[in-house]
Amino acid sequence: MSIELVDIYKAFGDKEVLKGFSVSIEDGQTTAIIGASGSGKSVTLKHIVGLLRPDRGDVWVDGENVSRLDQASIFQLRRNVGFVFQFAALFDSMTIAENVGMGLRRMEDVSESEIEERVADCLARVNLAGYQDRYPAELSGGQRKRVGLARAIATEPKYILYDEPTTGLDPVTKAVIDELIMRMADELDVTGVVITHDMDSAYRISDSIAMLYEGRKRFQGTPDEIRKTDDPVVKGFIEGRPELLEEAS
Amino acid sequence: MNKTLEPVHAVGSGAIRSVEAVGKAGYLGLDALKALRKVDLWGPHLASQMARVGVESVPIALFIATFTGIVLALQASYTFTGAVPLYFVGTLVGKTMILELGPVLTGLALSGRVGANIAAEIGTMRVTEQIDALETLAYDPVAYLVVPRVLAGAIMFPMVVVLANAIGILAGWSTSLILLDMSSPEFLKGLRLFFEAWDVQYSMIKSASFGITVTSVGCFFGFHTTGGAEGVGISTTRSVVVASMIILVLDAFWAATLLQ
Repeated sequence: MSIELVDIYKAFGDKEVLKGFSVSIEDGQTTAIIGASGSGKSVTLKHIVGLLRPDRGDVWVDGENVSRLDQASIFQLRRNVGFVFQFAALFDSMTIAENVGMGLRRMEDVSESEIEERVADCLARVNLAGYQDRYPAELSGGQRKRVGLARAIATEPKYILYDEPTTGLDPVTKAVIDELIMRMADELDVTGVVITHDMDSAYRISDSIAMLYEGRKRFQGTPDEIRKTDDPVVKGFIEGRPELLEEAS
Repeated sequence: MNKTLEPVHAVGSGAIRSVEAVGKAGYLGLDALKALRKVDLWGPHLASQMARVGVESVPIALFIATFTGIVLALQASYTFTGAVPLYFVGTLVGKTMILELGPVLTGLALSGRVGANIAAEIGTMRVTEQIDALETLAYDPVAYLVVPRVLAGAIMFPMVVVLANAIGILAGWSTSLILLDMSSPEFLKGLRLFFEAWDVQYSMIKSASFGITVTSVGCFFGFHTTGGAEGVGISTTRSVVVASMIILVLDAFWAATLLQ
């Protein structure tokens, strides 16, 4: 098991977001975590990379309990994890090349020419060859997300975490991003965790789908299994039928 | 809730929030001290921050100092005429600029220019997840963002204030010559009369503390920004208000401790 969240509790003030959430992410697979807006999907992802610490429970990544690591060990662990943010989170004042090369500059024994080469390679992988000297403000939303993906893969991480990678994109750009996520899994052999509420994307890109509902895991299985489930909550969500969710609650 | 208890509840919540803020500020301060070791992260940004915090603040500081010097000379003359020899105009302009108005007015003006800028910049980075992105790329955001700004404030504020003091005194001198019919020897006699080198050191110590205050308060509110554009606006305003208040408290503190 490469990533495992065990019985995670997290509250912000009076608001309990995660209430005993557990999920297992198998090595080499892409797992989608689905759930309604505000259900705690992004909070879950931030726990995996140590941006948030659980109030209770354990987060295991590569055999390390992230929730108990000190800052230096967390930074070490993050070198194996790429994070693609919902709105890309590119650094506005830097060029695309500088953005993509940020992670590489924190690595030892990587020369400037190697960084340049790696940046060009990553941008080519996301179909943005030649964009090195542009600034984030000059790019469209889809292009920014692709730069975010290039930045995440630049350090050749073992895991890539995607926070709603297709939200707010048109259908064609969505398909392009989905294609890229699948290519990253195949070509780079990375383990992926994708937060989404876009079921078409979830079916297309994932080997396993987990549903987060009211702070706990409601379901985990393959795309085929989730399509066939009788659970009214899961069915109501994936088919977009609020009446089923209301009946269940 | 019982209506009569609402004011008590509001005061209690406010007190809790204030204590929380002090605790968070303490943590950020400790993290910044620890981050001083990470020279590879803050070192490359120090020069550019010194330019932004210091060099780019010179015009506004000099503008304020010029008019302060003019007004000081005119008010001193108005107060002294017929009672005190006019060369005391030089004394008052020099002492007041160096000990008080140079550092305080520059500090207050820069809490608006520098502090607001830092709070808005870091606040925007917070709400657009750029600070989270830095962390996921194994950058310590305190070393990368806070340390170079606070060091730049500590180094550059005294320099800007020394320049402002000089320009303020020059403006007061020029005003004395042009509008008050004083001679240069008269003005300089007054200026030298109670001048002590310690006054300049005091002015610089005070300005360094204001520089640290303005930049660290800006960083603090930026770091703890929540929400979107509105949150950035709130952080920016709070940063200016809180930094200005701390400057005035520090001003009294330094006067009470260093001028006795």
